Amino acid sequence: MNYLKNVTTLKIDTETCIGCGLCIAVCPHGVFALADSKAHIIDLDACMECGACARNCPVDALSVDSGTGCASGIINGLLNGSGECCCDKGNGC
Amino acid sequence: MTDCCYKTTCCPTKREAWMIAEIETPAGKVPRIGTCLTIHDVLGALKVRFAVGRHNYTIPPGLYAVGEPTAESPVFVSANYKLSFDHLRNALDGTNGWVMVLDTQGINVWCAAGKGTFGTGEIVNRVKQTQLDQVVSHRKLVVPQLGAPGVSATDVAKQCGFSVLYGPVRAEDIPVFLKNNFTATPTMRHVRFALRDRIAVIPVELVIWFKQALILAVLLALLSGFSRDGYGLANAPRAFGLVFTAWLTGGALVPMLLPFIPARAFSLKGVWAGLGLWVVLGTAKLLGPGGLIELGWGLILTAIVSFMALNFTGTSTYTSVSGVKKEMKIAIPLQLIAALAGTACIVLGGLL
Repeated sequence: MNYLKNVTTLKIDTETCIGCGLCIAVCPHGVFALADSKAHIIDLDACMECGACARNCPVDALSVDSGTGCASGIINGLLNGSGECCCDKGNGC
Repeated sequence: MTDCCYKTTCCPTKREAWMIAEIETPAGKVPRIGTCLTIHDVLGALKVRFAVGRHNYTIPPGLYAVGEPTAESPVFVSANYKLSFDHLRNALDGTNGWVMVLDTQGINVWCAAGKGTFGTGEIVNRVKQTQLDQVVSHRKLVVPQLGAPGVSATDVAKQCGFSVLYGPVRAEDIPVFLKNNFTATPTMRHVRFALRDRIAVIPVELVIWFKQALILAVLLALLSGFSRDGYGLANAPRAFGLVFTAWLTGGALVPMLLPFIPARAFSLKGVWAGLGLWVVLGTAKLLGPGGLIELGWGLILTAIVSFMALNFTGTSTYTSVSGVKKEMKIAIPLQLIAALAGTACIVLGGLL
Protein backbone atom coordinates (compact mmCIF):
# COMPACT_ATOMS: atom_id res chain seq x y z
CA MET A 1 0.00 0.00 0.00
CA ASN A 2 1.44 3.34 -1.06
CA TYR A 3 0.30 6.80 -0.17
CA LEU A 4 0.83 10.05 -2.13
CA LYS A 5 4.07 10.48 -4.05
CA ASN A 6 6.59 13.26 -3.47
CA VAL A 7 5.04 14.68 -0.31
CA THR A 8 7.22 13.49 2.55
CA THR A 9 9.52 16.02 4.20
CA LEU A 10 12.12 13.39 5.14
CA LYS A 11 15.72 14.32 4.38
CA ILE A 12 19.00 12.61 5.11
CA ASP A 13 22.43 14.17 5.36
CA THR A 14 24.64 11.32 4.23
CA GLU A 15 27.79 13.26 5.11
CA THR A 16 26.80 13.38 8.78
CA CYS A 17 25.46 9.79 8.90
CA ILE A 18 27.66 7.39 10.86
CA GLY A 19 25.89 4.27 9.63
CA CYS A 20 24.69 3.09 13.06
CA GLY A 21 21.55 1.61 11.50
CA LEU A 22 19.15 2.82 14.17
CA CYS A 23 16.91 4.47 11.55
CA ILE A 24 16.59 1.10 9.82
CA ALA A 25 15.60 -0.51 13.11
CA VAL A 26 12.89 2.01 13.97
CA CYS A 27 11.38 2.67 10.54
CA PRO A 28 8.04 0.83 10.21
CA HIS A 29 8.02 1.04 6.40
CA GLY A 30 11.48 -0.02 5.26
CA VAL A 31 12.43 3.45 4.00
CA PHE A 32 16.15 3.02 4.70
CA ALA A 33 18.91 0.58 3.85
CA LEU A 34 22.57 0.49 4.75
CA ALA A 35 25.19 0.67 1.98
CA ASP A 36 28.87 1.55 2.28
CA SER A 37 28.44 2.11 6.05
CA LYS A 38 25.84 4.83 5.45
CA ALA A 39 22.07 4.87 5.62
CA HIS A 40 20.33 5.59 2.33
CA ILE A 41 16.72 6.30 1.54
CA ILE A 42 15.54 3.49 -0.71
CA ASP A 43 11.77 4.04 -0.59
CA LEU A 44 11.07 7.71 0.08
CA ASP A 45 7.35 7.59 -0.78
CA ALA A 46 6.79 4.90 1.87
CA CYS A 47 7.69 7.42 4.59
CA MET A 48 4.73 8.29 6.84
CA GLU A 49 6.59 11.03 8.74
CA CYS A 50 6.23 9.31 12.11
CA GLY A 51 9.55 10.87 13.11
CA ALA A 52 11.04 7.75 14.73
CA CYS A 53 14.23 7.91 12.65
CA ALA A 54 14.95 11.60 13.26
CA ARG A 55 14.17 11.23 16.98
CA ASN A 56 16.64 8.37 17.33
CA CYS A 57 19.46 9.47 15.03
CA PRO A 58 22.43 10.04 17.36
CA VAL A 59 24.08 12.58 15.02
CA ASP A 60 21.00 14.48 13.77
CA ALA A 61 21.58 13.40 10.20
CA LEU A 62 17.84 13.01 9.60
CA SER A 63 15.13 15.61 9.48
CA VAL A 64 11.39 15.29 8.98
CA ASP A 65 8.37 17.43 9.84
CA SER A 66 6.74 14.67 11.79
CA GLY A 67 3.11 14.42 12.70
CA THR A 68 0.11 12.15 12.53
CA GLY A 69 -1.37 11.62 9.08
CA CYS A 70 -4.91 11.86 10.33
CA ALA A 71 -7.55 14.06 8.73
CA SER A 72 -9.82 14.06 11.82
CA GLY A 73 -6.92 15.19 13.98
CA ILE A 74 -6.04 18.01 11.61
CA ILE A 75 -9.71 19.10 11.37
CA ASN A 76 -10.11 18.98 15.17
CA GLY A 77 -6.91 20.95 15.56
CA LEU A 78 -8.17 23.63 13.17
CA LEU A 79 -11.59 23.80 14.82
CA ASN A 80 -10.37 23.88 18.40
CA GLY A 81 -7.09 25.63 17.83
CA SER A 82 -5.64 22.94 20.07
CA GLY A 83 -3.05 21.58 17.68
CA GLU A 84 -3.27 18.32 15.83
CA CYS A 85 -4.21 15.21 17.67
CA CYS A 86 -5.49 11.87 16.73
CA CYS A 87 -6.15 8.25 17.62
CA ASP A 88 -8.29 9.09 20.60
CA LYS A 89 -11.04 11.12 19.08
CA GLY A 90 -12.79 12.92 21.90
CA ASN A 91 -9.98 12.51 24.37
CA GLY A 92 -7.46 15.28 24.72
CA CYS A 93 -8.63 16.84 21.46
CA MET B 1 -5.09 5.13 44.82
CA THR B 2 -4.93 5.39 48.60
CA ASP B 3 -2.80 3.15 50.76
CA CYS B 4 -0.75 1.63 48.04
CA CYS B 5 0.14 -2.01 48.39
CA TYR B 6 3.17 -1.82 46.09
CA LYS B 7 6.06 0.58 46.21
CA THR B 8 6.82 0.27 42.50
CA THR B 9 3.33 0.02 41.04
CA CYS B 10 0.42 2.34 41.57
CA CYS B 11 -2.28 0.48 43.39
CA PRO B 12 -5.22 -0.69 41.30
CA THR B 13 -8.60 0.26 42.69
CA LYS B 14 -9.48 -3.39 42.94
CA ARG B 15 -7.36 -6.49 42.75
CA GLU B 16 -7.21 -7.31 39.07
CA ALA B 17 -7.71 -10.91 37.97
CA TRP B 18 -4.55 -10.79 35.86
CA MET B 19 -2.42 -10.13 38.96
CA ILE B 20 -1.89 -13.68 40.05
CA ALA B 21 0.67 -13.32 42.84
CA GLU B 22 3.46 -11.10 44.00
CA ILE B 23 7.18 -11.54 44.22
CA GLU B 24 9.86 -10.01 46.42
CA THR B 25 12.52 -7.82 44.85
CA PRO B 26 15.20 -5.53 46.30
CA ALA B 27 12.84 -2.67 45.46
CA GLY B 28 9.92 -4.23 47.32
CA LYS B 29 7.01 -6.39 46.30
CA VAL B 30 6.10 -6.52 42.62
CA PRO B 31 2.82 -7.96 41.33
CA ARG B 32 3.10 -11.02 39.13
CA ILE B 33 0.85 -11.11 36.11
CA GLY B 34 -0.69 -14.02 34.26
CA THR B 35 0.03 -14.63 30.58
CA CYS B 36 -3.24 -16.32 29.73
CA LEU B 37 -6.07 -14.12 28.63
CA THR B 38 -9.36 -14.94 30.31
CA ILE B 39 -12.86 -14.50 28.95
CA HIS B 40 -12.86 -11.23 30.89
CA ASP B 41 -9.89 -9.92 28.87
CA VAL B 42 -11.42 -11.12 25.59
CA LEU B 43 -14.73 -9.42 26.34
CA GLY B 44 -12.88 -6.27 27.41
CA ALA B 45 -11.01 -6.23 24.10
CA LEU B 46 -14.25 -6.74 22.21
CA LYS B 47 -15.83 -3.80 24.04
CA VAL B 48 -13.05 -1.36 23.14
CA ARG B 49 -13.07 -2.66 19.57
CA PHE B 50 -16.65 -1.37 19.51
CA ALA B 51 -15.53 1.91 21.08
CA VAL B 52 -17.17 1.19 24.44
CA GLY B 53 -15.13 2.71 27.28
CA ARG B 54 -12.13 2.91 24.97
CA HIS B 55 -10.68 5.86 26.85
CA ASN B 56 -10.84 4.22 30.27
CA TYR B 57 -9.37 0.83 29.43
CA THR B 58 -6.32 1.33 31.57
CA ILE B 59 -4.06 -0.50 33.98
CA PRO B 60 -1.87 1.02 36.70
CA PRO B 61 1.59 2.09 35.47
CA GLY B 62 4.56 0.47 37.19
CA LEU B 63 6.63 -2.68 37.30
CA TYR B 64 5.23 -6.19 36.89
CA ALA B 65 6.79 -9.64 36.91
CA VAL B 66 6.14 -12.39 34.36
CA GLY B 67 7.02 -15.99 35.21
CA GLU B 68 9.98 -16.32 37.60
CA PRO B 69 12.18 -13.37 36.67
CA THR B 70 15.65 -12.81 38.09
CA ALA B 71 17.97 -9.80 38.09
CA GLU B 72 19.21 -10.91 34.65
CA SER B 73 15.76 -11.18 33.07
CA PRO B 74 14.81 -8.77 30.26
CA VAL B 75 12.63 -5.71 30.85
CA PHE B 76 9.79 -5.02 28.40
CA VAL B 77 8.32 -1.54 28.24
CA SER B 78 4.62 -1.11 27.51
CA ALA B 79 1.75 1.39 27.58
CA ASN B 80 -1.03 1.44 30.15
CA TYR B 81 -3.74 0.79 27.55
CA LYS B 82 -4.94 -2.63 28.64
CA LEU B 83 -5.24 -3.91 25.08
CA SER B 84 -1.50 -3.19 24.48
CA PHE B 85 -0.60 -4.70 27.85
CA ASP B 86 -2.70 -7.83 27.20
CA HIS B 87 -1.02 -8.40 23.82
CA LEU B 88 2.37 -8.17 25.51
CA ARG B 89 1.72 -10.42 28.52
CA ASN B 90 0.04 -12.99 26.28
CA ALA B 91 3.13 -13.02 24.02
CA LEU B 92 5.37 -13.46 27.08
CA ASP B 93 3.85 -16.83 27.97
CA GLY B 94 6.75 -19.08 28.94
CA THR B 95 9.19 -16.16 29.31
CA ASN B 96 10.65 -14.91 32.57
CA GLY B 97 10.88 -11.16 32.55
CA TRP B 98 9.78 -7.80 33.79
CA VAL B 99 7.17 -5.51 32.29
CA MET B 100 7.52 -1.80 32.91
CA VAL B 101 4.23 -0.07 32.15
CA LEU B 102 4.39 3.64 31.32
CA ASP B 103 1.63 6.12 32.02
CA THR B 104 0.37 6.88 28.52
CA GLN B 105 -3.05 7.96 29.78
CA GLY B 106 -4.63 4.80 28.47
CA ILE B 107 -3.43 5.34 24.89
CA ASN B 108 -1.78 2.58 22.84
CA VAL B 109 1.99 2.60 22.24
CA TRP B 110 2.09 4.03 18.70
CA CYS B 111 -0.42 6.83 19.21
CA ALA B 112 1.09 7.72 22.59
CA ALA B 113 4.55 7.82 21.00
CA GLY B 114 3.21 10.26 18.40
CA LYS B 115 2.01 12.49 21.22
CA GLY B 116 5.17 11.98 23.24
CA THR B 117 3.41 10.51 26.29
CA PHE B 118 5.13 7.23 25.45
CA GLY B 119 8.50 8.94 25.41
CA THR B 120 11.95 9.55 26.75
CA GLY B 121 10.75 11.55 29.76
CA GLU B 122 8.21 8.97 30.93
CA ILE B 123 10.67 6.08 30.49
CA VAL B 124 13.33 7.85 32.56
CA ASN B 125 10.75 8.82 35.17
CA ARG B 126 9.35 5.27 35.39
CA VAL B 127 12.81 3.70 35.62
CA LYS B 128 13.48 5.89 38.65
CA GLN B 129 10.07 5.43 40.23
CA THR B 130 10.19 1.64 39.97
CA GLN B 131 13.84 1.59 41.17
CA LEU B 132 14.55 -0.63 38.21
CA ASP B 133 18.31 -0.32 38.75
CA GLN B 134 17.84 -2.28 41.99
CA VAL B 135 15.56 -4.92 40.51
CA VAL B 136 17.76 -5.85 37.55
CA SER B 137 21.53 -6.08 37.22
CA HIS B 138 21.68 -5.36 33.47
CA ARG B 139 20.95 -1.97 31.94
CA LYS B 140 18.74 -2.78 28.95
CA LEU B 141 15.14 -1.97 28.10
CA VAL B 142 13.21 -3.70 25.34
CA VAL B 143 11.01 -0.94 23.92
CA PRO B 144 8.38 -1.74 21.28
CA GLN B 145 9.50 -0.40 17.91
CA LEU B 146 6.32 1.62 17.52
CA GLY B 147 7.33 3.57 20.64
CA ALA B 148 10.32 4.99 18.75
CA PRO B 149 8.61 8.18 17.48
CA GLY B 150 8.50 9.34 21.11
CA VAL B 151 11.73 7.84 22.42
CA SER B 152 15.30 8.91 21.85
CA ALA B 153 17.47 5.90 22.65
CA THR B 154 20.47 8.20 23.11
CA ASP B 155 18.68 10.47 25.59
CA VAL B 156 17.28 7.57 27.62
CA ALA B 157 20.80 6.17 27.99
CA LYS B 158 22.16 9.58 28.97
CA GLN B 159 19.43 10.30 31.48
CA CYS B 160 19.04 6.99 33.29
CA GLY B 161 21.83 4.71 32.18
CA PHE B 162 19.57 2.16 30.50
CA SER B 163 20.10 1.42 26.83
CA VAL B 164 17.09 0.97 24.58
CA LEU B 165 16.74 -2.11 22.39
CA TYR B 166 13.90 -1.79 19.92
CA GLY B 167 11.77 -4.90 19.89
CA PRO B 168 9.46 -6.02 17.11
CA VAL B 169 6.36 -4.08 15.98
CA ARG B 170 4.04 -6.88 17.07
CA ALA B 171 4.24 -8.42 20.53
CA GLU B 172 3.52 -11.86 19.07
CA ASP B 173 7.03 -11.81 17.52
CA ILE B 174 8.76 -11.36 20.88
CA PRO B 175 9.49 -15.07 21.50
CA VAL B 176 11.37 -15.33 18.18
CA PHE B 177 13.05 -11.96 18.84
CA LEU B 178 14.34 -13.35 22.16
CA LYS B 179 15.43 -16.60 20.56
CA ASN B 180 17.36 -14.59 17.93
CA ASN B 181 19.34 -12.92 20.70
CA PHE B 182 17.29 -9.70 20.73
CA THR B 183 17.33 -9.28 16.97
CA ALA B 184 14.26 -8.45 14.92
CA THR B 185 13.99 -9.61 11.32
CA PRO B 186 12.95 -7.06 8.64
CA THR B 187 9.45 -8.60 8.61
CA MET B 188 9.12 -7.99 12.34
CA ARG B 189 10.06 -4.34 11.76
CA HIS B 190 7.33 -3.76 9.18
CA VAL B 191 3.91 -2.38 10.00
CA ARG B 192 1.17 -4.14 8.11
CA PHE B 193 -2.41 -3.18 7.39
CA ALA B 194 -3.77 -6.53 6.32
CA LEU B 195 -7.44 -7.36 5.82
CA ARG B 196 -7.84 -8.63 9.37
CA ASP B 197 -6.24 -5.46 10.77
CA ARG B 198 -8.60 -3.35 8.69
CA ILE B 199 -11.64 -5.39 9.70
CA ALA B 200 -10.69 -5.02 13.38
CA VAL B 201 -10.97 -1.22 13.18
CA ILE B 202 -14.29 -1.09 11.28
CA PRO B 203 -16.59 -1.15 14.35
CA VAL B 204 -14.85 1.86 15.90
CA GLU B 205 -15.15 3.75 12.59
CA LEU B 206 -18.87 3.03 12.41
CA VAL B 207 -19.52 3.92 16.04
CA ILE B 208 -17.53 7.16 15.80
CA TRP B 209 -19.46 8.36 12.73
CA PHE B 210 -22.89 7.13 13.83
CA LYS B 211 -23.89 10.38 15.53
CA GLN B 212 -22.88 12.56 12.58
CA ALA B 213 -24.69 10.21 10.19
CA LEU B 214 -27.82 10.40 12.32
CA ILE B 215 -27.77 14.22 12.42
CA LEU B 216 -27.23 14.35 8.67
CA ALA B 217 -30.04 11.85 8.04
CA VAL B 218 -32.47 13.90 10.15
CA LEU B 219 -31.48 17.12 8.36
CA LEU B 220 -31.84 15.60 4.93
CA ALA B 221 -35.10 13.89 5.89
CA LEU B 222 -36.48 17.29 6.86
CA LEU B 223 -35.14 19.02 3.75
CA SER B 224 -36.50 16.36 1.40
CA GLY B 225 -40.02 17.02 2.69
CA PHE B 226 -40.83 19.92 0.35
CA SER B 227 -43.08 19.23 -2.61
CA ARG B 228 -45.55 21.03 -4.88
CA ASP B 229 -48.39 19.68 -2.75
CA GLY B 230 -46.94 21.04 0.49
CA TYR B 231 -44.71 19.61 3.15
CA GLY B 232 -44.61 15.97 4.29
CA LEU B 233 -42.23 13.36 5.61
CA ALA B 234 -42.93 10.66 3.05
CA ASN B 235 -39.32 10.88 1.82
CA ALA B 236 -37.78 10.58 5.28
CA PRO B 237 -37.23 6.79 5.17
CA ARG B 238 -35.31 7.17 1.91
CA ALA B 239 -33.11 9.86 3.46
CA PHE B 240 -32.28 7.61 6.43
CA GLY B 241 -31.72 4.57 4.23
CA LEU B 242 -29.38 6.40 1.88
CA VAL B 243 -27.33 8.23 4.50
CA PHE B 244 -26.76 5.03 6.45
CA THR B 245 -25.88 3.10 3.30
CA ALA B 246 -23.22 5.73 2.63
CA TRP B 247 -22.10 5.45 6.28
CA LEU B 248 -21.67 1.69 5.89
CA THR B 249 -19.83 2.12 2.59
CA GLY B 250 -17.41 4.72 3.98
CA GLY B 251 -16.91 3.07 7.36
CA ALA B 252 -16.81 -0.61 6.41
CA LEU B 253 -16.55 -1.24 2.69
CA VAL B 254 -13.79 1.29 1.96
CA PRO B 255 -11.56 0.02 4.83
CA MET B 256 -12.07 -3.58 3.70
CA LEU B 257 -11.37 -2.92 0.03
CA LEU B 258 -8.76 -0.19 0.68
CA PRO B 259 -5.83 -1.61 -1.35
CA PHE B 260 -8.11 -2.66 -4.21
CA ILE B 261 -9.74 0.72 -4.79
CA PRO B 262 -7.69 2.70 -7.31
CA ALA B 263 -6.00 6.01 -6.37
CA ARG B 264 -3.50 6.83 -3.65
CA ALA B 265 -5.44 9.65 -1.99
CA PHE B 266 -8.03 8.29 0.46
CA SER B 267 -10.59 10.95 -0.49
CA LEU B 268 -10.32 9.83 -4.11
CA LYS B 269 -10.74 6.18 -3.11
CA GLY B 270 -13.89 7.41 -1.38
CA VAL B 271 -15.05 9.13 -4.56
CA TRP B 272 -14.75 5.88 -6.52
CA ALA B 273 -16.62 3.98 -3.83
CA GLY B 274 -19.27 6.71 -3.66
CA LEU B 275 -19.72 6.73 -7.45
CA GLY B 276 -20.01 2.95 -7.36
CA LEU B 277 -22.73 3.27 -4.78
CA TRP B 278 -24.42 5.93 -6.91
CA VAL B 279 -24.46 3.63 -9.93
CA VAL B 280 -25.74 0.63 -7.96
CA LEU B 281 -28.51 2.52 -6.16
CA GLY B 282 -29.36 4.54 -9.26
CA THR B 283 -29.73 1.39 -11.34
CA ALA B 284 -31.94 -0.09 -8.63
CA LYS B 285 -34.06 3.10 -8.80
CA LEU B 286 -33.51 3.75 -5.12
CA LEU B 287 -32.25 7.32 -5.40
CA GLY B 288 -35.68 8.80 -5.82
CA PRO B 289 -38.19 10.03 -8.32
CA GLY B 290 -36.95 12.51 -10.88
CA GLY B 291 -33.54 13.23 -12.31
CA LEU B 292 -32.78 16.21 -10.07
CA ILE B 293 -33.40 14.34 -6.81
CA GLU B 294 -31.43 11.39 -8.12
CA LEU B 295 -28.51 13.68 -8.98
CA GLY B 296 -28.75 15.33 -5.55
CA TRP B 297 -28.55 12.04 -3.68
CA GLY B 298 -25.74 10.82 -5.87
CA LEU B 299 -23.68 13.89 -5.00
CA ILE B 300 -24.44 13.61 -1.29
CA LEU B 301 -23.58 9.90 -1.14
CA THR B 302 -20.28 10.51 -2.91
CA ALA B 303 -19.43 13.39 -0.58
CA ILE B 304 -20.16 11.32 2.55
CA VAL B 305 -18.16 8.29 1.41
CA SER B 306 -15.25 10.48 0.28
CA PHE B 307 -15.19 12.36 3.59
CA MET B 308 -15.27 9.18 5.68
CA ALA B 309 -12.54 7.65 3.51
CA LEU B 310 -10.42 10.78 4.01
CA ASN B 311 -10.82 10.43 7.75
CA PHE B 312 -9.73 6.81 7.58
CA THR B 313 -6.20 8.16 7.03
CA GLY B 314 -5.94 8.51 10.82
CA THR B 315 -6.74 4.86 11.37
CA SER B 316 -4.53 3.58 8.57
CA THR B 317 -0.90 2.78 9.26
CA TYR B 318 0.87 4.45 6.36
CA THR B 319 -0.35 8.01 5.69
CA SER B 320 1.94 10.99 6.24
CA VAL B 321 0.77 14.29 7.68
CA SER B 322 2.11 16.20 4.64
CA GLY B 323 0.13 13.95 2.33
CA VAL B 324 -3.08 14.19 4.35
CA LYS B 325 -2.84 18.00 4.43
CA LYS B 326 -2.28 18.05 0.68
CA GLU B 327 -5.32 15.94 -0.12
CA MET B 328 -7.50 17.73 2.45
CA LYS B 329 -6.91 21.09 0.76
CA ILE B 330 -8.45 19.81 -2.45
CA ALA B 331 -10.91 17.26 -1.09
CA ILE B 332 -12.72 19.10 1.67
CA PRO B 333 -13.88 22.09 -0.45
CA LEU B 334 -15.06 19.70 -3.17
CA GLN B 335 -16.87 17.50 -0.65
CA LEU B 336 -18.61 20.55 0.79
CA ILE B 337 -19.61 21.81 -2.66
CA ALA B 338 -20.95 18.37 -3.63
CA ALA B 339 -22.92 18.06 -0.40
CA LEU B 340 -24.44 21.55 -0.65
CA ALA B 341 -25.20 21.22 -4.37
CA GLY B 342 -26.75 17.82 -3.70
CA THR B 343 -28.94 19.24 -0.95
CA ALA B 344 -30.06 22.07 -3.24
CA CYS B 345 -30.96 19.52 -5.92
CA ILE B 346 -33.07 17.53 -3.48
CA VAL B 347 -34.99 20.56 -2.25
CA LEU B 348 -35.46 21.96 -5.77
CA GLY B 349 -36.33 18.57 -7.19
CA GLY B 350 -39.13 18.25 -4.66
CA LEU B 351 -40.54 21.68 -5.38
CA LEU B 352 -40.37 21.58 -9.19
